Amino acid sequence: MNAEPEQASPHDDSRRTFLKQSSVLTAMALVPSPVVTAAAAELDEKVAAAFEKIPLSLKVNGTKHKLQVEPRTTLLDLLREQLHLTGTKKGCDYGQCGACTVHVDGQRVNSCLSFAVMHDGQEITTIEGLAKGDDLHPMQEAFVKHDGFQCGYCTPGQIMSAVACVREGHAGSEGEIREYMSGNICRCGAYSNIVAAIQDVKQGGQKV
Amino acid sequence: MNQFQYVRATKPQGAIDAVAKDPTAKFIAGGTNLVDLMKRGIMTPQKLVDINRLPLAKIERQDKGLRLGALALNSAVANDALVRQHQPLLALALNAGASPQLRNMATVGGNMLQRTRCSYFYDLTMPCNKREPGSGCGALEGINRMHAIFGASDKCIAVHPSDMSVALVALDATVLVSGPKGDRRIAFADFHRLPGDTPEKDTNLEAGELITAVDIPDGPFTKHVHYQKVRERASYAFALVSTAAALDLDGNTIKAARLAMGGVAHKPWRLTAAEQSLVGQPATEASFRRAAEVAMQGAKAFKHNAYKLKLGPNTIVQALRTAAAA
Repeated sequence: MNAEPEQASPHDDSRRTFLKQSSVLTAMALVPSPVVTAAAAELDEKVAAAFEKIPLSLKVNGTKHKLQVEPRTTLLDLLREQLHLTGTKKGCDYGQCGACTVHVDGQRVNSCLSFAVMHDGQEITTIEGLAKGDDLHPMQEAFVKHDGFQCGYCTPGQIMSAVACVREGHAGSEGEIREYMSGNICRCGAYSNIVAAIQDVKQGGQKV
Repeated sequence: MNQFQYVRATKPQGAIDAVAKDPTAKFIAGGTNLVDLMKRGIMTPQKLVDINRLPLAKIERQDKGLRLGALALNSAVANDALVRQHQPLLALALNAGASPQLRNMATVGGNMLQRTRCSYFYDLTMPCNKREPGSGCGALEGINRMHAIFGASDKCIAVHPSDMSVALVALDATVLVSGPKGDRRIAFADFHRLPGDTPEKDTNLEAGELITAVDIPDGPFTKHVHYQKVRERASYAFALVSTAAALDLDGNTIKAARLAMGGVAHKPWRLTAAEQSLVGQPATEASFRRAAEVAMQGAKAFKHNAYKLKLGPNTIVQALRTAAAA
């Protein structure tokens, strides 16, 4: 899938068919054998229904998508695996690290702890949606300026959370920033520089 | 994760019917705990009934109190002007819980229904009577540093993890539920259960019952309140011990008090006797210390959590001291 050209639209029929087939195959491969056995013996309608894909409309970074998803697909997996927006990271996958932070209708959330189907009709912003063309978002610029990262893995989540932190009005002091950024863990320990970046943006008064 | 059928409810009755007739079905709102548990295979519902579109997210004034819709987000409640004005203790407790991202997803009803974070409940290779009734309790003789000091049984010594619920039990809230047999109101103190012989039941909700709202009566606790949470890092961790404290002061004399603890029992732990010991007393260190002693009567530690016998009263005193000065 990585070999596909960047320009290929996720709406593209051949891609959608391919994704549909490949995710069904993946699902089949993951079904524990007792369930498959039960399904074969009883034609359990619940198991059959669970395989059905559900239509889903989402606006992601300003682009509308009409998708078909398995109910158990998380918003994070949808963004990464179906829409190929891999900026949003899978860290712990249990809501403990914040690497998967995105904005849903303007509010920051952990995309790993939410099923994509629950977001029908909503607007998602990921790290890819912050910059305007080649112009970085002020928070992205500040993270570069203040060295707000080392390995960079938590950075997309940190930046999405930082933008929300300022928008919410929770960047009034170092203490408040640290409290309201506590849902984003950085194993490299770039916290001081992350706080400095957020303070810079807040004090700069730029629109975020 | 197991396969499941997904349905989206548009009316409360539809959601209730869907769950009432299917014992393998669960409601889903914020999903912050249920999705976590499903990923780990600890909960395996065959059907999820998405209730997020139900009109239950309002926070509004009632005649003599506030009504929080069951789907009001934790962040929305914590930031709400009415809540901050009339029930500031609740806002403090909410902001002490989870992270900003999780508070933007978690709902009032879901917060109450979150499961324990006992590591044996979460470890499928270990026995747990809550997860698998009859399998035993891994914590009883295991690593029980985080566990209960009040109300535990030989079947389960887990604690309830909610901060919000500690404030709500202190504030005499009432839970409104709708179910297959109609509507009913449950006093918050009676909503969660002690483990007894049935630790698999966290609450007194019956099959198919849906929380629709929480009512909080107006009270005099609008100023001298504090939520003291002690955890192993500065933020974003479950409580070792927490205390919700609210005082109504006349000068330096305590007219009324509300106290409850978190991290110490299978349910949010209201400290009624300690509250009574404070009434008519001066708001002093000595009164607070005496109330804390009353509060700790009947506490019983296990191998690794004896520290809670000291941390508990200290947390109560700190909460009362801060509330009095607020």
